[in-house]
Amino acid sequence: MGQNIHIDVHHLTRVEGHGNILVNVTDGVVEQCEWQVPEAPRFFEAMVRGRHYSEVARIVSRICGICSIGHTLASVKATETALGIEITPQTRKLRTLLKHAENFDSHVLHVYILVAPDLLGAPSAFALVPTHAEVVARALRLKRLAHEWGSLIGGRTTHPTTVLPGGFSKVPTVAELEAMRAKLAEAVPDLDATLATITALAPAIPAFQRPTEYMALTSDEEYGLYDGYIQTILADGSRARYEVADYRSCTNEYVSPQSTAKFTKNRLDSYAVGALARFNVNYDQLHPKAKEFAESLGMSPVCTNPYFNSVAQVVEIVHSAYEALRLFDELIADGVVEEPLVQPSRWGTGASAVEVPRGILFHEYAYDDEGLCTDANCIIPTNQNHANIQADFDALLPELMASEKTEDEMRLALEMLVRAYDPCISCSTHNLDVEFIR
Amino acid sequence: MPEAPKPTLAFFDFASCEGCQIEFTNYGDEATLELLKHIDIVEFREAMTETSPGRIDIALVEGSFTREEDRARLQDIRHRAKVVIAYGACACTGGINALKNHQDDFAEYVYGADASMPHLRSGTARPISAAIKVDYEVLGCPMSKEELLNVLSNLLHGTRYIAPTYPVCVQCKRRETVCRFDEGDYCMGQVARAGCGAPCPADGIPCEACRGFVEDANLPALEKVLVERAGFSQTRAVGKSRMFTANLRS
Repeated sequence: MGQNIHIDVHHLTRVEGHGNILVNVTDGVVEQCEWQVPEAPRFFEAMVRGRHYSEVARIVSRICGICSIGHTLASVKATETALGIEITPQTRKLRTLLKHAENFDSHVLHVYILVAPDLLGAPSAFALVPTHAEVVARALRLKRLAHEWGSLIGGRTTHPTTVLPGGFSKVPTVAELEAMRAKLAEAVPDLDATLATITALAPAIPAFQRPTEYMALTSDEEYGLYDGYIQTILADGSRARYEVADYRSCTNEYVSPQSTAKFTKNRLDSYAVGALARFNVNYDQLHPKAKEFAESLGMSPVCTNPYFNSVAQVVEIVHSAYEALRLFDELIADGVVEEPLVQPSRWGTGASAVEVPRGILFHEYAYDDEGLCTDANCIIPTNQNHANIQADFDALLPELMASEKTEDEMRLALEMLVRAYDPCISCSTHNLDVEFIR
Repeated sequence: MPEAPKPTLAFFDFASCEGCQIEFTNYGDEATLELLKHIDIVEFREAMTETSPGRIDIALVEGSFTREEDRARLQDIRHRAKVVIAYGACACTGGINALKNHQDDFAEYVYGADASMPHLRSGTARPISAAIKVDYEVLGCPMSKEELLNVLSNLLHGTRYIAPTYPVCVQCKRRETVCRFDEGDYCMGQVARAGCGAPCPADGIPCEACRGFVEDANLPALEKVLVERAGFSQTRAVGKSRMFTANLRS
């Protein structure tokens, strides 16, 4: 007689937003194995219609509290493309430094607060306070550091204030940058301790391989985060390139009845975005210290274990810390000046892509000749991952059934898989499908 | 002697960006670990797997009430909690979500021909006070994390936090921020509820009244100022005055 399994995780914990896991196996036959997204939809693209270009970023920032810096940057970049605005080198450098702050901040939160409890057998980071006080304190110190680093440039980290189309409304002083650089340098022991913790926990990460397509932003100048073109890689190493303006041709959104977020696909039936995708696509451009850590764990591209997305995040924490030290040094050496906002030179349509913590994010806007938004589109990383999570479920469940695992262990394996993607579900339910009038 | 049990605190979320929860993680190690000495966090879906089906002392609720099926969940929270705190603009006023309340085609615009699928249904974005009684409001988008600590600290001491009722302009003057209008910009600080410390004008951007309006705000005068001093069209002035406050005006 075959197995009977019933797993019903309603509103999965330790993820951002609301998702359900439903598995029904009767007499060894899989009747249902679903990753569902019931998050209340919020309709941002509809809400920015009629809004002035100067305020659109401040509205779409509210799509997501965790990646609000990324949404703000993607929004101002798309608006700048639409309005023919060329930003200055100083603006670009400050924005890149802000992007690093967000990825560092979000990865610290995810790895320490959302993932580590699973690997330590605890239900939450709060439950770790009595047994692993130093680990929790270190997590909160690193989180605070990233918050101060992002706030120095963006005004604040949840819904930044200073980032505007054409530049910044306020820039940090050299003295402020020096003080922040010193704090970051002082955090290196915490960073090293993080690597030691993850190295110790790595054996608890499930072994599961499922090759898929990995998509990330690639830049000729640096490990793609703030800017670049779209690139994908398959497990066999074959690459494909797409321009940001053609992002719809590689995202191919569709509505699924199991989700209020749209699903996407490209060369295969699903693809993955996020830290692991970036690692796989752009490994060569990582900081040597980041590569060193990956190598110490035997991790190399193309890594096809989705659970290793959390490890790829730690690799990126290292990368962002050392890249930020370099950017701080350059800004301090060059000096920072107040620059007027670069003004629009035309009214039109423009798209952008930015790598936010959970993967590649696309924004696109059209503006009329009064600078008011007429159309908007946002494609969020997590909704690009939903179909891939489902495909992982379909491959993982038979493996779990063939193993000696209990139902509780299977549930945990599925929960951990979803958490590894670091889904940001409130983000992912704001998609649309509009025909731009060009 | 056994310690007296600490008050229990639980977090709940509805339609929102969950940024106010994130703000809760930004206090740093000292403030957070100190707070945990005085309260027990018993439920926080975004950060913990543990749940606490019974009574709780303080419920922190984030997000707007947008679907009728969420009413029962809100009522259950009210039933279980001694004190309900709405935190963040979405929970207190409907916040940015309420912008769609002035549109009738938002679902079709976003989901196209699929808009009629039942799971995509969404109604008017309302404050949670439209479904349940709320004891305290921590306003703002994001919420002011200092104000939340203040509310919690008062509760722990058996006293009551009183939010300022004056406009944001007062706080700008106090920190000597140059008026946005004098910088050639616009602002809504003259009718916006203070308590945030006026960070936005200090960062060089207008106040957009994310904390809602002061009582008896003169909204026609706000529109007039936006038109006459900032050169807005009447349509843009009306739209601007709805940014975070679509539920608070016509």
